[in-house]
Amino acid sequence: MSDHAVHSEHYDREAGKLGMWIFLFTELFLFGGLFLVYAVFRATYSADFHEAASELNTFIGTLNTVFLLTSSMTVAMSITAIQKNNRILAFMLILITLLLAGLFMVDKYIEWSHEFAYKVYPGSEVLKNMPRGELLFFGLYFMMTGLHALHVFIGMILLTINLVKVKKGIIHRDNYLLLENSGLYWHLVDLIWIFLFPLLYLVS
Amino acid sequence: MKNHDTHSTGYLTYAIVLIVLLFLTTLSVFITGIHLGAFTVALALLIASVKVATVLTYFMHLRSENLFLKLAVAGVFVLFALVIIITFFDYLFR
Repeated sequence: MSDHAVHSEHYDREAGKLGMWIFLFTELFLFGGLFLVYAVFRATYSADFHEAASELNTFIGTLNTVFLLTSSMTVAMSITAIQKNNRILAFMLILITLLLAGLFMVDKYIEWSHEFAYKVYPGSEVLKNMPRGELLFFGLYFMMTGLHALHVFIGMILLTINLVKVKKGIIHRDNYLLLENSGLYWHLVDLIWIFLFPLLYLVS
Repeated sequence: MKNHDTHSTGYLTYAIVLIVLLFLTTLSVFITGIHLGAFTVALALLIASVKVATVLTYFMHLRSENLFLKLAVAGVFVLFALVIIITFFDYLFR
């Protein structure tokens, strides 16, 4: 009887993870559509894309890559900590992940305010008077990084819920599916950024 | 069969993976800094793909997942590659 109960929990976990992965696939195609548009316009207006991309701050982009990669490691470590029944360490690691996510958002805020100060934002007169390719680049830049930042924000909400549940002991060694799935979501945010970073900041 | 008996990755492995990822990031910043023309985009995308594969394998635990999930993830990336290739065939040979 007890054997049966343990088994059903096991299968539940498998199904829960599979469901998360299928959701991540749809997310990949959400961003994939934008990457496709980027690829086509880049091929059509390569000189303009070149020009526009060189106006982005590579240092800020690189710094954000470091923040996201490191936060991906800490969230992965928090799962190991839970598996080893070390709830305090798991709590601290999720907290560090949240702090790094916060740093990413602050960095993004500084970057965007700088661009807004130069009247570079969707729909602005400065942008409208740019060559067509540069207009398209900045349109894609704001759309892609904006949608990505929204995902970072949602990830931060998920991580906060996990933080509370680890503290309360709801997430523990035998029940950490929520943390695993939130971790998967957080890694997806990282994956998207890994492609966004070279395409927007480096290839200029 | 208890859940905590399932495969868990050590902290050191994650730390090494992060070092590799940071190294690849530095590499891509340097490589795109020197002008290699058309190769720059290809190299930047190649490095990004290696990084994505590393994150999928280690951080997202794909290496200890079942074959079905591995094939599903590979299938999604192949599907996306096909979408890009077919779109470009349309654009280049229209």
